[in-house]
Amino acid sequence: MRLQKYPVCGKYGKYGGQFVPETLMTAIKELELAYLQAKEDPEFQRQLNYCLKDYAGRPTPLYFAENLTKTLGGAKVYLKREDLAHGGAHKINNTLGQALLAKRMGKRRVIAETGAGQHGVATAMACAALGLRSEIYMGADDMKRQRLNVFRMKMLGADVHCVDSGSRTLKDAINEALRDWVANVQDTYYLIGSAVGPHPYPMMVRDFQSVIGNEIRSQFYEKEGRLPDALVACVGGGSNAIGTFYPFLDDAEVELYGVEAGGEELSSGKHAASICGGVEGVFHGMLTYIIQDEEGQILNTHSISAGLDYPGVGPEHSFLKSLGRSQFVAVTDKEAVDSFLKLSRSEGIVPALEPSHALAFAMKLAETLRKDKAIVITLSGRGDKDVEVVAKYLGESI
Amino acid sequence: MKRIVETFLKLRRQNEGGLIAYITAGDPDPAYTAKIAHVLVKGGADIVELGIPFSDPIADGPVIQAATARSLKAGTTVRKVFRMSEEIRKENNVPLVVLSYFNLIYRMGIKNFFDLAKASGIDGVVVPDLPIEEADEYKKIAEAYEIDTIFLAAPSTSIERLRNIIEYTSGFLYLVSVFGVTGIREKIHDSTIKLIRMAHQVTCGSVPLAVGFGISQPEHVKTVLQNGADAVIVGSGFVKIIEANQDRNRMLEALYVYARQLKTATVKK
Repeated sequence: MRLQKYPVCGKYGKYGGQFVPETLMTAIKELELAYLQAKEDPEFQRQLNYCLKDYAGRPTPLYFAENLTKTLGGAKVYLKREDLAHGGAHKINNTLGQALLAKRMGKRRVIAETGAGQHGVATAMACAALGLRSEIYMGADDMKRQRLNVFRMKMLGADVHCVDSGSRTLKDAINEALRDWVANVQDTYYLIGSAVGPHPYPMMVRDFQSVIGNEIRSQFYEKEGRLPDALVACVGGGSNAIGTFYPFLDDAEVELYGVEAGGEELSSGKHAASICGGVEGVFHGMLTYIIQDEEGQILNTHSISAGLDYPGVGPEHSFLKSLGRSQFVAVTDKEAVDSFLKLSRSEGIVPALEPSHALAFAMKLAETLRKDKAIVITLSGRGDKDVEVVAKYLGESI
Repeated sequence: MKRIVETFLKLRRQNEGGLIAYITAGDPDPAYTAKIAHVLVKGGADIVELGIPFSDPIADGPVIQAATARSLKAGTTVRKVFRMSEEIRKENNVPLVVLSYFNLIYRMGIKNFFDLAKASGIDGVVVPDLPIEEADEYKKIAEAYEIDTIFLAAPSTSIERLRNIIEYTSGFLYLVSVFGVTGIREKIHDSTIKLIRMAHQVTCGSVPLAVGFGISQPEHVKTVLQNGADAVIVGSGFVKIIEANQDRNRMLEALYVYARQLKTATVKK
């Protein structure tokens, strides 16, 4: 069966599913139906394409990183410039799609979770543009670390709720958003920020993010007259990666690499690499790889990049891993910071710390490949938000 | 005969409603759970429900979240909860139900979980994040062990869905009284009454109906029983007493008194 046919009955092989409280079952079934209808509706697609083009600034360029390619001396390196999308990351592709859907479903109130604040900001933007009310849940610790994004969300008209439970980070923000949704499911739309959660979210977010892979396909064809040899993207929840991979899933000659956050080292236990360092489990509505202890309690994760700092991963990635269709690797904080600096200096592009993980692996990969090969790295966001974190990591005060 | 069914038959004969008392196992520490269960039964609890603490309890409000955190901090594990239930079972024939989020069961292996549950005298299992769509294997294994699988219905559940849920639930049907998480609420909502009536219409008495989430006052108990429920599930009310009393003897006394008050309200006039 073609891989693009998945999910089947809400599942990717055995992964995915709908492990949620009964109160939400009716809502997620309604959501699935509404989404499938919208997907087939030319008017919805027209609105979405209009927003992506004139509001978010798509298509984003596919840039040939010539300096970097020369330095590495191997395969050609292309960068898919999601950092140039409105808001500075790929997140807007999904929030525009889901906010349009919320509006179509007649929901006036949108809730979302955010870790570093990028999805919160993208949600607040899309809601402001489409006239919806937005409320964002954010862990207390993340709010401290990302004060600038908290203020950005408020400026954009969103209410930000501080989450003081659990580890006070992204997973707890999702817990709290789910609790809110259970209480207010009749008039509230939950806008999840990654390809995670119960079906239909992983499918829906993937579809909205597939604009990345579709553009890569046609842009790369225009430049090279063929398909790329490999695609590399970072994986936290995995939305930019699945959006990059999906249009190529059934082109077996295109190799797919998902790069997870190895934190201090996988062996140290301080990481956020769910596939490389976790085991199968059920969390946040899905069966997937989870970072957990022997009892099944969810563990706290660590990554220098807040956007990858999550103990689960989208179920479609777990499926691709089980089939061997995608390779998953982990990259440490240190390697990520090194490539953050390397790209800044060689190309004048400051990447976010999340895709810096993808870059770190892709550079190693490029060196091993012949010069007639070409790889595409999805540069999922820009690094302005991370300047302070990197300075601190390097022991410099700014 | 299974203990849960037997208990509901007995209650019906006596024209009483049932009191199902929930506590988070291992709160405030694992050594106290059996003692707490005994005073709850002495106070009138007809069924005791033990919550296995999970790091991310998405269906629970602040009171039970805090209990979960205290219990995990005190070192509670799934196996220890089974040991607590063995301890309760030694002195007591009360039906015991465990509530567990699905990952704890999945991680241990569904079969292993039921194996241990059976050995420690558990009569029923509630899994708040396992809807019927995902429950086929779980249900099959539970049936092989003759342990009741208690499923939930919510105010958002349609009558068609409810018909399917009835096929999966055994022991009783857990009616979630409100949109929202567990926790104390001031009054019984109209949606709760509507749900009880709809469930009644579908089950025609074939499975007992127990109403939970937000029930904390004797008046609440009377209202839901008068409207056709067979039992109430009270959780946060008990857990709050555990939280509020540092003096353990005073805590046990207060739990007894509260259980007594609620039980008195279950006697139908």
